[in-house]
Amino acid sequence: MSAIDSVQNPVYVYERPVRLWHWVNALALVVLAVTGYLIASPLVAPDGEASEHYLMGYVRFVHFAAGYVLAVGFIGRVYWALVGNQYARELFVPAIHRAEWWDGLWHEIKWYLFLVPEPRKHAGHNPLANMAMFVFYVLGALFMIVTGFALYGEGLGQGSWASRWFGWVIPLFGQSQDVHTWHHVGMWYLVVFALIHVYVVIREQRLSRQSMTGTMIDGWRNFRDDRP
Amino acid sequence: MVNSESFYDVMRRQGISRRSFLKYCGLTASALALGPQFVGQIVHAMETKPRTPVLWLHGLECTCCSESFIRSAHPLAKDVVLSMLSLDYDDTLMVSAGHQAEAILEETIRKYKGRYILAVEGNPPLNEDGMFCIIGGKPFVEQLRYAAKDCLAVIAWGSCASWGCVQAAKPNPTQATPVHKVITDKPVIKVPGCPPIAEVMTAVVTYMLTFDKLPDLDAQGRPKMFYGQRIHDKCYRRPHFDAGQFVETWDDEAARKGYCLYKMGCKGPTTYNACSTVRWNGGVSFPIQSGHGCIGCSEDGFWDKGPFYHRVTGLNAFGIESNADTVGLIAAGAVGTAIAGHAAVSVGKHVKGKESENDKNEREHV
Repeated sequence: MSAIDSVQNPVYVYERPVRLWHWVNALALVVLAVTGYLIASPLVAPDGEASEHYLMGYVRFVHFAAGYVLAVGFIGRVYWALVGNQYARELFVPAIHRAEWWDGLWHEIKWYLFLVPEPRKHAGHNPLANMAMFVFYVLGALFMIVTGFALYGEGLGQGSWASRWFGWVIPLFGQSQDVHTWHHVGMWYLVVFALIHVYVVIREQRLSRQSMTGTMIDGWRNFRDDRP
Repeated sequence: MVNSESFYDVMRRQGISRRSFLKYCGLTASALALGPQFVGQIVHAMETKPRTPVLWLHGLECTCCSESFIRSAHPLAKDVVLSMLSLDYDDTLMVSAGHQAEAILEETIRKYKGRYILAVEGNPPLNEDGMFCIIGGKPFVEQLRYAAKDCLAVIAWGSCASWGCVQAAKPNPTQATPVHKVITDKPVIKVPGCPPIAEVMTAVVTYMLTFDKLPDLDAQGRPKMFYGQRIHDKCYRRPHFDAGQFVETWDDEAARKGYCLYKMGCKGPTTYNACSTVRWNGGVSFPIQSGHGCIGCSEDGFWDKGPFYHRVTGLNAFGIESNADTVGLIAAGAVGTAIAGHAAVSVGKHVKGKESENDKNEREHV
């Protein structure tokens, strides 16, 4: 390999708030999925007076608290998309109006089907990753936030802020049980997202022409070669 | 038929003492969650207002709403409400039959144009031009539209009239349709339940007669005073839910101790009704108290939200008996397998690529 300075200059992609959001969000998602599953299929507390235990209560509390973290994080992330660098915007607005974006998407699909020998270089998300992030994460998380707060509003009661803002969701689905069911399906949607996300990040870290995991830690995208 | 008598006159005529009448007014005020200052208002209304005519139509239904209604165990409510209402037409309860009965319908609509209340039990099936439910030789939907044209308001009794209930369960062969989707130009008060609680039914009627206005309705048209909270919010087994103490089989120790029925598929957390506060049969009990979970009978499409005995219910969207967990696990499993396969191929390719690169490098060096 040639001297280090001849390799293409690193790009500062993920600013500090984006990185912080990513890891807080990842933790919140894990907590939400685990506690959410336990709300549908609860753990059983030991025998004794009901007043001695609060197991389901704690599980639900943790779920609601993590839900607030996810929702507030989402709002913060949208704000940063407005004020942050160009890569902060990608997540919400994939560049589908540009022909080269579609060309890149097609190339990346071929790379994943083992039809081309190497991927292209991208400072931000490659178009396939960008598309997946938008469809899986942005739409998925938005769905979970809206349905989640609709259900939360039922517990807070009619007239509460959550029921006033999100109460319309329940008749839209039919009734509360439908919202529960689809909220549960949404969890699996995000679990599938997480599986793919982790696999693809590890794979790209090993096989692509740029850094992956390190970028979400220090923010810098490093490249491994000088070719275009 | 002239309705110049007030409710009070009718009650006195039936031998009810003034003392009993005042007691009834007091109890009604508390049933409606009104303060004591409203008792006088109810008394005044009962003494001065002429009885409001009510037409009670029966569509596609099982008459469980009527059965519930006539069992209102509230003191005097059965006598009082039946007299109060001036129930001019109810083909199940009325004495007359056939042409005579149909003539009363005509007469009431003509005489009390815009002033009568239309109570509907059951719903109209719309398929085959409504031929699945024939009243007096004509499809029920025609009778419903005819009677609704000049009414003051519509009360949709029960889950049939409110949501569709069992006859609208998938695949709904008769296209049974809830009242609010057929009558769109009149206020429709939904009093869902299969059947609704008797005291809820009588209280809704009493409220309307006393205050000359519709009760406060929620976004889906149900009276807030009875459908504002879920069974779960006022369930006496709620402390066991929060504690995490659940019945897991019908004959376990937890079932004997009266723990929460959530894991047995209780739909209390998703059902808006007053069962856990008003209860049934004069406040004797309600399903959860008798050891069985709520099946959510006052909720939209509850027949299709089964199984009744599972907390995570079916996903009809996929056309098979699967719930969110089975679909989720299959999806996660399939994606996991695909990832493993893709990873194996990636590693294989990568290693082979490295080897050929090494070969090339070696050849260049040679």
